[in-house]
Amino acid sequence: MSTRLAKHGRLIDRSKQIDFTFNGKTMKGYAGDTLASALLANGQVMMGRSFKYHRPRGVVASGAEEPNALMQLGTGDRYEPNQRATTTELFSGLQAQSQNHWPSLEFDVLSINNKLSRFLTAGFYYKMFIHPRPLWKHVYEPIIRKSAGLGAAPDAELKDADTYEHFYFFADVLVIGGGVAGLQAAKAAAASGAKVLVLEQNSYWGGRAPVDGGTIDGEAPEAWIEKTLAELRAMDNVTLRDRCMGSGVYDHGYALGYERLTDHAPGQGGPRHRLWRIRASQIVTATGAIERPLSFAGNDVPGVMLAGAMRDYVVNWGVKPGERVVVATNNDDAYRTALVLHDAGVEVVRVVDTRETGGGALMEAVREKGIRVELGRAIAKVKDGKSVTEVAICAQNGEGGAREIVQADAVAMSGGWSPVVHLWSHCGGKLIWDEVTASFRPDPERPPLGDKGQGFVVPAGAANGEFGLAALLEDAAVAGAKAAEAAGFPATTVAAAKGESVAEAQMEAVWLMPAKADVKLRMKSWLDYQNDVKVSDVQLAAREGYESVEHTKRYTTLGMATDQGKLSNINGLAILADSLNAEIPQVGTTTFRPPYHPISLGAIAGEARGEIFQPIRKTPMYDWHDRNGADWEPVGQWRRPFAYLRDGEDRHAAVNREVKNTRENLGLLDASTLGKLIVKGPDAGKFLDMMYTNMMSTLKIGKCRYGLMCSENGFLMDDGVVARIDEDTWLCHTTTGGAEHIHGWMEEWLQTEWWDWKVYVANVTEQYAQIAVVGPNARKVLEKLNAQAGGGMDVSREALPFMEWRDGQIGGFDARAYRISFSGELSYEIAVAASEGQAFWDALMEAGKEFGVMPYGTETLHILRAEKGFIMIGDETDGTVIPQDLGLNWALSKKKEDYLGKRAQQRSHMVDPDRWQLVGLETVDGSVLPDGAYAVGEGVNANGQRNMIGRVTSTYHSATLGRGIAMGLVKHGPKRMGEVIEFPGTDGKTYKAKIVDPVFYDKEGEKQNV
Amino acid sequence: MSKAVSELNGARYAGLAEVADAGLRGMITLRGDLDSAVLKSAVQAATGAGMPGIGRISVAADGAVAWMSPDELLLLVPYEEAGAKLAALQAALAGEHALAVNVSDARTYLRLSGEGAREVLAKVSPVDLDPAAFGPGQFRRSRLAQVAGAFWMEEDGSFGIICFRSVGEYVFKLLKTAAHPQSKVGVY
Amino acid sequence: MLILECPYCGVKAEETELAAGGEAHLKRYGPGSSDDEFHDYLFMRENPKGVHFERWRHANGCGKWFHAARCTMTLEVFGTYPAQTTEPPQEICDKITAKRPGWSWREFSDGRKSSAA
Repeated sequence: MSTRLAKHGRLIDRSKQIDFTFNGKTMKGYAGDTLASALLANGQVMMGRSFKYHRPRGVVASGAEEPNALMQLGTGDRYEPNQRATTTELFSGLQAQSQNHWPSLEFDVLSINNKLSRFLTAGFYYKMFIHPRPLWKHVYEPIIRKSAGLGAAPDAELKDADTYEHFYFFADVLVIGGGVAGLQAAKAAAASGAKVLVLEQNSYWGGRAPVDGGTIDGEAPEAWIEKTLAELRAMDNVTLRDRCMGSGVYDHGYALGYERLTDHAPGQGGPRHRLWRIRASQIVTATGAIERPLSFAGNDVPGVMLAGAMRDYVVNWGVKPGERVVVATNNDDAYRTALVLHDAGVEVVRVVDTRETGGGALMEAVREKGIRVELGRAIAKVKDGKSVTEVAICAQNGEGGAREIVQADAVAMSGGWSPVVHLWSHCGGKLIWDEVTASFRPDPERPPLGDKGQGFVVPAGAANGEFGLAALLEDAAVAGAKAAEAAGFPATTVAAAKGESVAEAQMEAVWLMPAKADVKLRMKSWLDYQNDVKVSDVQLAAREGYESVEHTKRYTTLGMATDQGKLSNINGLAILADSLNAEIPQVGTTTFRPPYHPISLGAIAGEARGEIFQPIRKTPMYDWHDRNGADWEPVGQWRRPFAYLRDGEDRHAAVNREVKNTRENLGLLDASTLGKLIVKGPDAGKFLDMMYTNMMSTLKIGKCRYGLMCSENGFLMDDGVVARIDEDTWLCHTTTGGAEHIHGWMEEWLQTEWWDWKVYVANVTEQYAQIAVVGPNARKVLEKLNAQAGGGMDVSREALPFMEWRDGQIGGFDARAYRISFSGELSYEIAVAASEGQAFWDALMEAGKEFGVMPYGTETLHILRAEKGFIMIGDETDGTVIPQDLGLNWALSKKKEDYLGKRAQQRSHMVDPDRWQLVGLETVDGSVLPDGAYAVGEGVNANGQRNMIGRVTSTYHSATLGRGIAMGLVKHGPKRMGEVIEFPGTDGKTYKAKIVDPVFYDKEGEKQNV
Repeated sequence: MSKAVSELNGARYAGLAEVADAGLRGMITLRGDLDSAVLKSAVQAATGAGMPGIGRISVAADGAVAWMSPDELLLLVPYEEAGAKLAALQAALAGEHALAVNVSDARTYLRLSGEGAREVLAKVSPVDLDPAAFGPGQFRRSRLAQVAGAFWMEEDGSFGIICFRSVGEYVFKLLKTAAHPQSKVGVY
Repeated sequence: MLILECPYCGVKAEETELAAGGEAHLKRYGPGSSDDEFHDYLFMRENPKGVHFERWRHANGCGKWFHAARCTMTLEVFGTYPAQTTEPPQEICDKITAKRPGWSWREFSDGRKSSAA
């Protein structure tokens, strides 16, 4: 059983004891512990159940590469599943739960899957669940959902209680990794004067060096690390961030840093995570190396750990993994673990070394301690169970016949070390196979390329395949200097710190243990713990014809998800290569994708949540609307009142009231969201003639004209009223959603096609609050306001006729009034300065009382215009509709040679007489047609479906007419007036509607022209 | 001017930095040939400030001129004087191909000040705010989280920030969030 | 995430400050053009693996449209230049030729405009 040692533990503070709970049981740890080290200290070796087979699993690693010890942390609005125990710093009150089991970690019903494992092989789901289809939804899916997956999802009703943020930072050199290589590289880069940012994922600096030993500049690594950190901290051009993982490298030197601010100290306040959005000229990846597991049967039994991780637990956290340990290795490094264990008082039962010739000085040192070292040997099998009990030892070069069975409670394994090439590879850095270390390392000839075609990532130290303190420090110093130079700083040479470590004998590539393991053993030899992929699965995939490593990955799930091949990659590739009789480099690797290690969704979202989840655009009268019953409707990013609800009213009642009141008395509409563009210049008329289908150059000063805009495809894209302001100035109204788009559209043509035309455009949409004063009493209220102010603009029919505009004062406000109507009533749209919008609105409401004033919302706006047969962009149009479809031929200038969309409207499909055309629709029974319903005609199409002859584009209950009215596009519609056609609804009913003229109300247009 | 109210109506928040409604400011968008001597002198007359270089703002006693694009300036003048300044500008530019328009009410104008100002802004804008990269007199149009905005640095190290009026409240809340007292980054 | 230097204001803008605008140097066909010409203008676009010319707008910035010559494979940017031109400037073509000898794109190649070759 694992326990806390009396000595060791350089990272823990034994004076600070911490209480935490695991599966509801209170345990004790120390400040500086990770959750994993604290659990081991409490004898908790088993930490979870595996993904697919629900096998008992313990912690395998000590860092971000941990595949097994995934926990559910916290509760309620701070609950989070799938957190690694190895990267979770212990804090007082931490609540952890193991996951993927029911009812308990110790007894899990679905561990039956383990017994069924021979049926749950690679591609099981693909093979099993194809037929019969009905079983999928009701049988397979519920079972799979219950059995697979990791932690439970957070409660959908709860909101994350924490906050997050982004931070943009620019550096000449970004160093990812704060181990000795990263620090050395940073020092070298900083010496040139470059602005350097160093990111370290852990709370401590120096990486593995203090655990692995050796000396740097003649001192213990820790002393050099402290000294170097102090030097770097003293430099103005260096920024050091710990608890900040370099999570991804992207195009053109973009990189993300994931800073965990309060995970270790909840309740501290402030954001939990900060996402650093970094742009660096050069990036040094000093990301170290990860140890590979050995593929032997039972290599996933709790208590089997990576040798380096076991060493970490002893040295860093003062935890011993067991009482009797077997060390299995193919290299010298694992002997360090044997020495550390021995020193900690743990009995090292055997060191099983696959190499017939054994290792070098480290092996000799182990032997000197009296530890038995067996050469040419392997682990045949670790007995299944919830912890290690028995280890069978065999010849490496055999099929697994046991020579000896030893009693042990932990196993340390080492298959060699692989450089962490993830960040090098994220943006396209290529790899080469290194025979000496049996691993892929960055190919210096093929780095990720930046915006100038230059390489922008420089690997350093172990991440570059340089092991051994001397070599890696030298490599890192060169890398740092090279990066600074590439970032444009003068070449400087900083002497690398002098590292010394014990020379190591050549390792031996071992991909299967023992080399000829029989099928029973291979079915228990795990390659990818997290996704439960075994040696036999990859071999099966190869037999079934999966030759590409990318296909095999997806078929078997090897190296997928959060693992991203950290532990499984090389071992899996080697097995695949062997099965295909190919060399590993020919098989290649799968793609490493960011993030290196999972980052929180909160960090990605940053500050964008709650009130600032997205910008909400507000008009100057927003607060008034809100206080007066506005039922808000999103229109793009704007919020507009759909209707103003009074006490006891529902939407429908409110809309009917607003419609009737506007037709009979006086309505006010906040029309501020409509786009307003000033177009000015000697060529402005010519330009607008190209923009609009109508002729705008001939518009008289002081007059307004309704205009249509089409794309080059000929389709309608926007509409609005254009006013001629002076000789060379026009003001163009756009739809609410169209202001920015149409402004951009005009700029695009002016800048990229007709750049010699003298025209300037300015978007003045937000300069004005624009209020539509609508209804038979509209003029009266304006005249009253003017009378109160002692004079103002003459708003009479004669002085300001329909479709004209005037500047002046209304009620003492500087205003521009347009006599335009989207309702068919007497209507003025009045623009005042936005800052005075509320005051003007208040004045209208006050003066309007005696005239029955009421505000109205967008639904009433829609109904009023539909009663008049006015089209709405986005309702009658959908990007496939041309003006001709809507009976708007009158707005298409015949005199103009050209306008945007004109040529397209001559294409054969556009002049097809069978195009659906706009008509009015009146239900036979007065009901409201369903929105978007299609009309069906005679016969069926090639697919056997009923032929469609039209569709509803707008449909409302008209309070004015007391019945349902609609507009729609119908084949040959205008020629079929009076015909009744059928619209099957999704409610099972069929609606019958008569084709009528789309103008339902005041066909002569007398009311708006009074 | 009692009728005119700025979008944020005097809001302020003090955290890592102080975020405050800077009130109503007269603003004139001027498009034209920035090399024109007529235009230059009209701008000087309106603001008291000379022509800014690319990406810069030129500041005078109660006026300023910001470079918006190769053919666009933003003139800052006292709010009450915007109308008169615009009229004078239009008169001076009568013979030129130019567009001058009052946009005083189209924008929200904020001030971000205090020690943490650079860091707060660097949380919402993809711009290098290192003192070595951004200093007084520089004017930058960019993005403030999800909306367009522009900012410049005054001699006292505070930032003037402008955005469209409709999103003024969003930007204020955005900066307020970024200025949370316990969110200091500690790099500037 | 790309960075492109706006040729108008000199800002090294990141992608979130820019709006992509599709292929550069299209010739507009209007009324009077043949069906084929108009069809090609509307719909036919290059999709090269390698040298490409694109339009971008510095949308969250000075608002100006510009052109970028870049490699769709490596994302190398050969240069950016103002949009008020119907063909890539010689200087840009020379830069591409230096990096990608033998390149061609539509009617342009190796720094020279080829006549229907």
